[in-house]
Amino acid sequence: MSKKLLSVVLASAMAAGVLAGCGSTPAPAAAPAPAAEEKKEEAPAEEAKEEAPAEEAKEEAPAEAAADEGKVLNIYCWNEEFKSRLTDHYPGYEEVDATNGKIGDVAVKWNITPSTDNAYQNNLDEHLLGQEAAAADDKIDLFLVEADYALKYVDTDYTMPVADLGLTADELANQYKYTQDIMTDSNGALKGVSWQGCPGVLIYNREAAKEVLGSDDPETVQAAVADWDTFVKTAADMKAAGYSVMSSVNDSYRVYSNNVSTPWVVDGKIVIDDNLMKWVDDSKALVDAGETGTHALWSDDWSKGFYPDGKVFAYFGPAWLINFSMAADTEGSIANAGGWGAVEGPQGFFWGGTWIAAAQGTDNPTLVADIMRQLTTNEQIMTDIVKADSDFVNNKPAMEAAAENDEYAFKVLGGQNPLAMFCAGAEKIDLSNLSPYDQGCNEAFQNAMKNYFDGNSTKEEALDIFYKSVVEKYPELTY
Amino acid sequence: MNRKNSKVVSYNKWGYIFLIPFIVVYLVFQFIPLVSTVYNSFFENYRSGLTQIGPNFVGLANYAKLITNGDLIQYTKNTMIMWILGFIPQIFFSLLLGAWFTDPSLRLKCQQFFKTVIYLPNLIMASAFAMLFFTLFADSGPVNSILVSMGVISQPFKFMSNIWATRSLVGFMNFIMWFGNTTILLMAGMMGIDQSLFEAAEVDGATSNQVFFRITLPLLRPILVYVLITSLIGGLQMFDVPQILTNGTGDPARTSMTLIMYLNKHLFSKNYGLGGALSVMLFIITGILSMIVFRFSNSKK
Repeated sequence: MSKKLLSVVLASAMAAGVLAGCGSTPAPAAAPAPAAEEKKEEAPAEEAKEEAPAEEAKEEAPAEAAADEGKVLNIYCWNEEFKSRLTDHYPGYEEVDATNGKIGDVAVKWNITPSTDNAYQNNLDEHLLGQEAAAADDKIDLFLVEADYALKYVDTDYTMPVADLGLTADELANQYKYTQDIMTDSNGALKGVSWQGCPGVLIYNREAAKEVLGSDDPETVQAAVADWDTFVKTAADMKAAGYSVMSSVNDSYRVYSNNVSTPWVVDGKIVIDDNLMKWVDDSKALVDAGETGTHALWSDDWSKGFYPDGKVFAYFGPAWLINFSMAADTEGSIANAGGWGAVEGPQGFFWGGTWIAAAQGTDNPTLVADIMRQLTTNEQIMTDIVKADSDFVNNKPAMEAAAENDEYAFKVLGGQNPLAMFCAGAEKIDLSNLSPYDQGCNEAFQNAMKNYFDGNSTKEEALDIFYKSVVEKYPELTY
Repeated sequence: MNRKNSKVVSYNKWGYIFLIPFIVVYLVFQFIPLVSTVYNSFFENYRSGLTQIGPNFVGLANYAKLITNGDLIQYTKNTMIMWILGFIPQIFFSLLLGAWFTDPSLRLKCQQFFKTVIYLPNLIMASAFAMLFFTLFADSGPVNSILVSMGVISQPFKFMSNIWATRSLVGFMNFIMWFGNTTILLMAGMMGIDQSLFEAAEVDGATSNQVFFRITLPLLRPILVYVLITSLIGGLQMFDVPQILTNGTGDPARTSMTLIMYLNKHLFSKNYGLGGALSVMLFIITGILSMIVFRFSNSKK
């Protein structure tokens, strides 16, 4: 009998264990209750004090909420760049901690996911697809996109036309046209705005230029990199002096890939443009001559050249690379000492660029619109960004005026004012050959070709690897 | 008679009740996912950008695609090579250390300390460990700096651009991470062997080599087979170390791409169809290999 009793007890204990796993939520809630009650009894005075202001706040709240929609602004982005722009330049933004801020009585929540391995887009996609079902305070209000995958979001209903937010064409008239072309969907509605323009330049190491070319004067340097043939000749001279002409072959990738004549995908078929094959051949020659490396962008090996010991002559990049990525805040870096210079380089190009898009279903449309307005149309704020952060902003008249003004000289460039170069570059940017597959294709192409450069596969094998990895990412494509 | 029967039945009932927790956990976390994986493998089901494609029933098209493009054999080969590169030193050192630790005549000092130390690498997250090696063996990383400054090599050696260097690094990391665990398993097996056998051998004048090969190894066979099979299954599922070390590319030229890394590639487009088919094939490969190992180790008797 006692055995039976024991087994009943054991069995029910086990069953309870199983069931507890399924529905354990109410249990913990019940447990702390007595403790809370005790506290109340212990400190009734304090409780009363705390309650009073809380009630006042509640009374105020309805009045404000009517004028000023949601109380939480959810921002999705992949690095700290936009956050620092908002913190430094948006009127009334207060920083609370690393992922929280405040604008008036609206809490700003930063959801920052690095873009490596597509993590940012995966995270964003999941939340956008769940946007309708999400509670108002959890809905994405504002997210950022980059040129490489902007098209993926522009032509969907997940982004909101800026006109619906109240931004008029007149307000946006000063922006560079290309920044609007890319964000315009097939019906002609503008879906996002940017505060920056991203024409790229060749950023050279003044020390290396003096040593090898005899002068760090921009004209001398431009003459040495005027086209790809002279660039290759300079590369040989640089090698003789112990410098790599660029950190990695991937540095010049954008210069070639922006000057293509077809997009990556035509009618569902992957197309490799001739200019990209030219990049492959030119790069292979440089690598075989030992004049540059093959490591990935953003790797430690790549950024060694930000310091004098890295012995790198040049990087290709837009304004944000100079001010945001080249370790300008680190003691001992070339940028910190103002040791870079900028010239146009062999060909014009652009790289990246961040656009602000409003998510469909946002509960803070007024605030989102105001952020867009302040950062991308307010000339005062925009010129402040140029002065404080050495960025190139998306305001044509202001930039053309600033190009003439020595006040805007970049410290990282040793007092050179590169804005005129950027202005000229921004006019020339042509985005007609973008496709929604650009990011996956660019990444796969660079990764695959590395095998060819390193001598681990033939060109054909490397191309085969490229095709394979693109089809893995986009199963609907063929080659 | 009737009463007696009912008593037996009621005891059986308790047996089943005690099995419920296992059955429930198994059903929820093993069986249902297994069935849904097989089910998914017959559909075209992926996401292109923000557009969902499918699910459309396509029969065996996913399997056909995987088999015809020939990559599967290459990735199986890569996986097995990297597993063997790690397993051979692992089993060698584990046997050696296990034999030393369990041999009372050696009187090793600080045994507890060493047992803890050899197990420690297993406590580090595999991805953190791989990240560490990635930095150490970078083109301009500390290993290259040391080798160049010692004059062993004149130019930095590009570990990550060399097929066998990359594979060996993966094997080496797996060896470092798992030999402590294997040592503990083998020690447990060795300590289970009747001490009187060793004493008898000693009395008969057997050398320690003879003792090891004639007594320890044959009696350790069941544990060795267990270690081999678990390690094989773990090896086939190798993912985090090569994934982090090669930044997900499986380079050079996809020679260090493992089966699970290949599976992971299909997550980019949430390709449940192809991913499901690949998982089913992985399941079959694992089953076949385990069967071979099991048969092989048992039939030798």
